[in-house]
Amino acid sequence: MKLNNKITPYLLVSPYIFHFLLFVAFPVIFSIVLTFHKWNIISPMEYTGLSNYVRLFKDEVFLQSLINTLIFLVIHIPLQIIVALFLAEILNQKLKFRGFFRAAFFLPVIVSGVVVTILWQQLYGYDTGFFNRLLVTIGLGKVGWLTDPNIAMPSIALMATWKNVGLYIVLFLVGLQTVPDQYYEAADIEGASKWQKFFKITLPMINPTIFMVVILSTIGGFSLFIEPYVMTGGGPLNSTISAVLYIYKQGFFYYHMGYSATLGLFFALIILLVVVIQKRFVERDV
Amino acid sequence: MKILKRILFYLFLTMGALIFIYPFYWMVAASLAPENEIANLTLFPSTFTLSSYTQMFEKIPIGRSLVNSIIVASSVTIGVLVFGSMIGYALSRLKFKGRNTIFYVIIFTMTLPFQITLIPQYIIMVKFGWVDTYLALIVPYFINALGIIMFRQYFKSIPQSLIDAARLDGCGDLKIIFKILWPNSVPALVTIGIITFMASWNEVLWPLIVIRDESLMTMPQLITLFAVGGRAESQLGVKLASAVVLALPIVIAYIFFQKYFIQSMASSGIKE
Repeated sequence: MKLNNKITPYLLVSPYIFHFLLFVAFPVIFSIVLTFHKWNIISPMEYTGLSNYVRLFKDEVFLQSLINTLIFLVIHIPLQIIVALFLAEILNQKLKFRGFFRAAFFLPVIVSGVVVTILWQQLYGYDTGFFNRLLVTIGLGKVGWLTDPNIAMPSIALMATWKNVGLYIVLFLVGLQTVPDQYYEAADIEGASKWQKFFKITLPMINPTIFMVVILSTIGGFSLFIEPYVMTGGGPLNSTISAVLYIYKQGFFYYHMGYSATLGLFFALIILLVVVIQKRFVERDV
Repeated sequence: MKILKRILFYLFLTMGALIFIYPFYWMVAASLAPENEIANLTLFPSTFTLSSYTQMFEKIPIGRSLVNSIIVASSVTIGVLVFGSMIGYALSRLKFKGRNTIFYVIIFTMTLPFQITLIPQYIIMVKFGWVDTYLALIVPYFINALGIIMFRQYFKSIPQSLIDAARLDGCGDLKIIFKILWPNSVPALVTIGIITFMASWNEVLWPLIVIRDESLMTMPQLITLFAVGGRAESQLGVKLASAVVLALPIVIAYIFFQKYFIQSMASSGIKE
């Protein structure tokens, strides 16, 4: 029994250690090795030096995918925060059926992204889609939601906001409930307006939640895959290709394992960099 | 005046809720409508027909994919609960050399983007001969850093006296975890269970990579390929029917356990 006590902790954590070595440590090292090789899995690996990196820096599609991600984030994050905060503010007052409304806003969060994408593909349809019919009914022209290269990525960002906003409403609700009532009472005595209270009390108090939302949506934006894959296949003119979709295509359509790994490594470094910078902001501001 | 304002407010809120519910309602209505009526955005089809569904069942092995999804998501969930609580217990309740190191490694791996390991993990699956097996869909997901951290956190809040008493009765560590801690950790088990099951159920990218055999595909994967490839053709109804079938199990569970879903997903801050 005594000897047992010394070993048991290690036995208990051994699944983690195995998993870490096999599915984390080894893949990271192996992916670095892969970036110096050309390999289609079937024939032997071929050492190619830095050529994958040279190719990456000249790759216009990859650059486009980074720009697309940026467009997505620039639209998605502010929109998400404004809508979520607005609805959370409403749900945070005395309200009948609050549970029902919260559950309704949350519904798209639990449903698979594939379902949401198939659904919105129809809503965005050029001739028979809901949005264009609405526009025509009120006397406006049709919009190429998924066919116009300038609009396709914003359309996907809008859909993603619709899908995820429920989660952020709930996170903001939790944040709002941490603001002490006395603050608002004191502001009332001073005669502060609704907007003043919002900007001077609420917003600074829920800053940590806002930053959490920013970081979570950034990571989500960087993982964008299924939406462009199903909706547009990355088109039109690569205007919706995301980095993950491009990595997937390089790896599993063309079997460029070395190059795909290079893209993955480089993209992961960008993600880490962005998230670290964002976290710095949080630590500074909070 | 006040009442009028209140009514307008609820009207506004109801419209807001409709924006989130209506598309799903339309999806179900359209999947039950005759093909030529779908384009009209009918809310109440003239006749209800299951033809979209029967065609879908003929075209793709949807029933089989449902079984696959259930097998995969349940196995992953069980694995995460069992291994997560073992590791979380060791990290929170046992003293041993390297404990902090392991904890920090877990925290670090949580920040590691999956994009970096995608290709090498696929190659491992190829080398193991796991491509086109359940193993590829299940085993890599057995360990979940977030699950471990949450178990560790929760187990810390359980009084030591409970564990001491069990030890005096001669319980081993495994018995302590599963007979003493589990019954006292239902909220943690529910939360971690829901998050894990949902994440596994909705996962598409990894199945697309490691499963090529249609009879082993998970439901979201099969439906993704169905929607992307030409097999749904221009038949909207069939595509929408497949989306309904994919959404249905989770939505039913959500209707009954709504509160748990919302709490669990909010507490992890994780999203699809």
